[in-house]
Amino acid sequence: MSLVFDENGRPFVILRDQDKKQRVKGLEAHKANIIAARTVANLLKTSLGPKGMDKMLVSPDGDVVVSNDGATIMEQMEVEHQTAKLLVELSKSQDNEIGDGTTGVVVLAGALLEQAQALLDKGIHPLKIADGFEKACEMAVDRVENIATELDIEAHEHEELIKCAMTALGSKVVSKQKRKLAEIAVNAVLSVADMERRDVNLDLIKLVGKTGGSLEDTSFIDGIVIDKEFSHPQMEKEVKDAKICILTCPFEPPKLKTKHNLEIKNKDDYEKLYEIEQKYFTDMVKSVKDSGANLVLCQWGFDDEANHLLMHNKLPSVRWVGGVEIELIAIATGGRIIPRFQEITPEKLGNAGHVKEVNFGTTNEKMIVIEECSNSKAVTILTRGGNKMIVAEALRCLHDAICVVRNMIKNHKIVPGGGASELSASIYIQEEADKIETIEQYSVRGFAEALEEIPLALATNSGYDAMQYVSDLKEQQVKSGNPYYGVDAMNTGNNQMIEEGIYESVMSKKQQLQLSTQVVKMILKIDDVIAPSEYA
Amino acid sequence: MAGSMDAVGNILPNVLKAEASDDKDEFARMQSFVGAIAVADIVKTTLGPKGMDKILQSTDENKRHIITVTNDGATILKSIMVDNPAARILIDISKTQDEEVGDGTTTVAVFAGELLREAEKLTQMRIHPQTIIAGWRLAKDAALTKLKEISWSHEDDESFREDLLNIARTTLSSKLLTDDREHFAQLAVDAVLRLKGVNNLDYIKIIKKAGGTMKDSFLAEGFILEKTISTGCPKRLENPKILIANTPMDHDKIKIFGSKVRTDSMQKVAEIEEAEKGKMKKKVEKILAHKPDIFINRQLIYNYPEQLMADEGVMVIEHADFDGTERLSSVLGADILSTFDNPEDASLGQCELVEEMMIGEDKVIKFSGCGGKACSVVLRGSGAHVLDEAERSLHDALCVLTQTVINRNVVYGGGNSEISMALAVDEIAKTTKGKQALAIEAFARALRALPTIMCDNAGFDSAEIVQNLRSEIASGNTTAGLNMVDGEVSNMKTEGINECYRVKEQALHSASEAAEMILRVDEIVRCAPRKREG
Repeated sequence: MSLVFDENGRPFVILRDQDKKQRVKGLEAHKANIIAARTVANLLKTSLGPKGMDKMLVSPDGDVVVSNDGATIMEQMEVEHQTAKLLVELSKSQDNEIGDGTTGVVVLAGALLEQAQALLDKGIHPLKIADGFEKACEMAVDRVENIATELDIEAHEHEELIKCAMTALGSKVVSKQKRKLAEIAVNAVLSVADMERRDVNLDLIKLVGKTGGSLEDTSFIDGIVIDKEFSHPQMEKEVKDAKICILTCPFEPPKLKTKHNLEIKNKDDYEKLYEIEQKYFTDMVKSVKDSGANLVLCQWGFDDEANHLLMHNKLPSVRWVGGVEIELIAIATGGRIIPRFQEITPEKLGNAGHVKEVNFGTTNEKMIVIEECSNSKAVTILTRGGNKMIVAEALRCLHDAICVVRNMIKNHKIVPGGGASELSASIYIQEEADKIETIEQYSVRGFAEALEEIPLALATNSGYDAMQYVSDLKEQQVKSGNPYYGVDAMNTGNNQMIEEGIYESVMSKKQQLQLSTQVVKMILKIDDVIAPSEYA
Repeated sequence: MAGSMDAVGNILPNVLKAEASDDKDEFARMQSFVGAIAVADIVKTTLGPKGMDKILQSTDENKRHIITVTNDGATILKSIMVDNPAARILIDISKTQDEEVGDGTTTVAVFAGELLREAEKLTQMRIHPQTIIAGWRLAKDAALTKLKEISWSHEDDESFREDLLNIARTTLSSKLLTDDREHFAQLAVDAVLRLKGVNNLDYIKIIKKAGGTMKDSFLAEGFILEKTISTGCPKRLENPKILIANTPMDHDKIKIFGSKVRTDSMQKVAEIEEAEKGKMKKKVEKILAHKPDIFINRQLIYNYPEQLMADEGVMVIEHADFDGTERLSSVLGADILSTFDNPEDASLGQCELVEEMMIGEDKVIKFSGCGGKACSVVLRGSGAHVLDEAERSLHDALCVLTQTVINRNVVYGGGNSEISMALAVDEIAKTTKGKQALAIEAFARALRALPTIMCDNAGFDSAEIVQNLRSEIASGNTTAGLNMVDGEVSNMKTEGINECYRVKEQALHSASEAAEMILRVDEIVRCAPRKREG
């Protein structure tokens, strides 16, 4: 980096250790940032759509992740470049907010940046570009809202929801089982959804993965699965009409919080202490038994003696149950979490129709399944698959599908998928652009072109002659005035997206447009990057 | 800004960390293919009855002397260190196959490898991976339907036992135990049938004792515990009552927090010591109130209580390990006790005879005549490596047998099922439109590759024999299969070569899932390796 000189020709220090830092300014900074961000976006482009490809990521420790999910790919990539990191954040926030469309949002941002670069070359000021994009984004959102239709989610036993979930799953490795997984996802969401408030608490859906079997063996359990086993091998493996005592205190004599010393001075003391200790255990078990409980779940451990006493009293018990699981179980069974033995009362017990221990494979791995819970709010999806990576990916896919279904319940409005909404918004903006008087016209048009990138990428990934295909689509849309023509990625011969049941929630689409425009604006505003030099 | 330049002179900034790499499209795909196929080729030569073994040696300087000789795919793959991500997926499916069904670990890796080898050719023909996958999915469904169709199950116990024996023989034939396979097949089937349908191999204890020959291995109808009876106790008891406990018999710790002993005179120390002893004595008395003839504890037993019990003529066994106590309790039908206040409620175990016996030079305790499910297999052999491999082979056989007991379906071995499936797959390829048909044909070729490799490993003219087999099966001889002894096609029914349906099904599922997963990848991003301190 060149030094700055004052009027007498002496070097002038602006930043501390400035020769050790590297700095890019002005147009150069813009371009460098754009290129970096586009590199990342290009990486995701091929993952878009049902025929998109997966990425294999090797973590610093050598673990392998295979994924099609934009957010996961971005996160695992360990991007180092500053602006590229912004895109990683972008897909993450789409993931947090909506849960799906994480690839699309990055691809759109990349396309916008590409347009921005061309506009910069024309000599338009970055802020003008940003403003134009902003304006165009508003138009696009309007258009998307206009073409959105209300969906009757209750019709045909929630058939529409299943279709939506299937669209989300279509692009993943699990696509073969998409019908089944979609049904599972819809089932899960509906069992926990609060239809009046139109809200879904996703914490109530537990996703558990277990390697083995095949994807077809994935199952929906109306209850909870915990990766634990009964504490004593001879306890009953199955409890019907379980009354569950949920404890967060250990089966141990209490530990005083105050510092104390207990001194044994003579023989009597010693014997007394022993008696008291024995009494603690029997009392504890008795208080549980007296409450009418026939199953004990404890967040802590208990020692052999307590364990045996429980077994002896026919109280199957599970130790070291995790905090989150304890809460879930409490919600599902309508039980209360009991922190002290003195507070055990029959009303505080949870109810479940059926609790059993299940074995897997040849390695003696066990899980406990709690079914028919009285409150039945919490559900579990147990995912199986041929290897570790596929189970991990299937879990991510299910999470996406569940999010999609949740969004549909929150907001019944839908827009066509397959790039049809983007295309329709693009056409609309193109028309409107000519009516703008300032040079923002150019950037608004740029935005419209960037929107076309989504159907283009979809068409490319599906093996069509992309340019030709998308221009045909555009023509069809304009001629018929029907915004539902999209990319027929599955090669079914019909590109009427709504008829094919390919749609996304309007919320997700709006979020995608807004988030990517925001990030692009942010990147465009940067005109100076100061970073510690690698060569220092 | 640091970074390379592209053709037009634009600076390309470094997006990833310095040591990270990013491979796209052809390069990425080539890496996956090469890696996965290389791994499959490693285990390929172990496939089939005439497959060869591998020696595995640790990379650790200090452990160079520890070597493993094995024929088991999962064991081999687990031990090799690979850097290639696609290869890792293959290793992972083999591991899953091992955990899920216990056998067929080599088959999955080889089959996935063969699928990818075919996929490589197809991609070179410019067929899109997604099209290949679509074809494979159709093919896999057809293959599974065929597999289901050609499988059968015997309901009556006599012929089912024969099926099991055949499966055990077939599984063992590719292992070190080949010579004694009849002996071991009987042994494994007897052991598994004792389980009566329980899917828990814990009940079968395998004890390895170097010395003797493989033929000297035997199934102990009872249970063998590798422990010694404490001195001064009777060494043989008939119809004893057995108490199994998990309790400290050294001294009872005081569990109330923060207590400690502080006294002011020696006399009081002595008193407390006396009290401690008294407490132990009381405990022993409580235990004796159960009237056991044998007392087995998971934990240590100090001399004092041991002597007290021996005085009463009770046989004392200490330090039975965790597994041991659990198994014992299920064999003998006893509860594991930790408190001893209610002798009337506690159930004690029983068996006909407990005695100390010698295997080779070691003393063990044998519990016989205990109608429970458990049993022990004592493996004898000339050395540790032989025994280890024998244990793995036997474990495989046991796993397969338990799977068969649960799902009673059986198919013919010797490449019969593969070829039948390949024929069914070929059949749908004829009627499928589009490029997918090519992928379906490729799937059939990959299926046929399995018997071909088996033949190659045995040194026969694989192309000739496999084609003969194919024509035999296609012309309706559904029991035809490869005879690996004479190198010809023969009748699998009379040869008694059976395989477990569940194993084949799982192998087909996992291998095609993994191959699909690898094929779907078009980009590999490798993060910079984590820097290790020092």
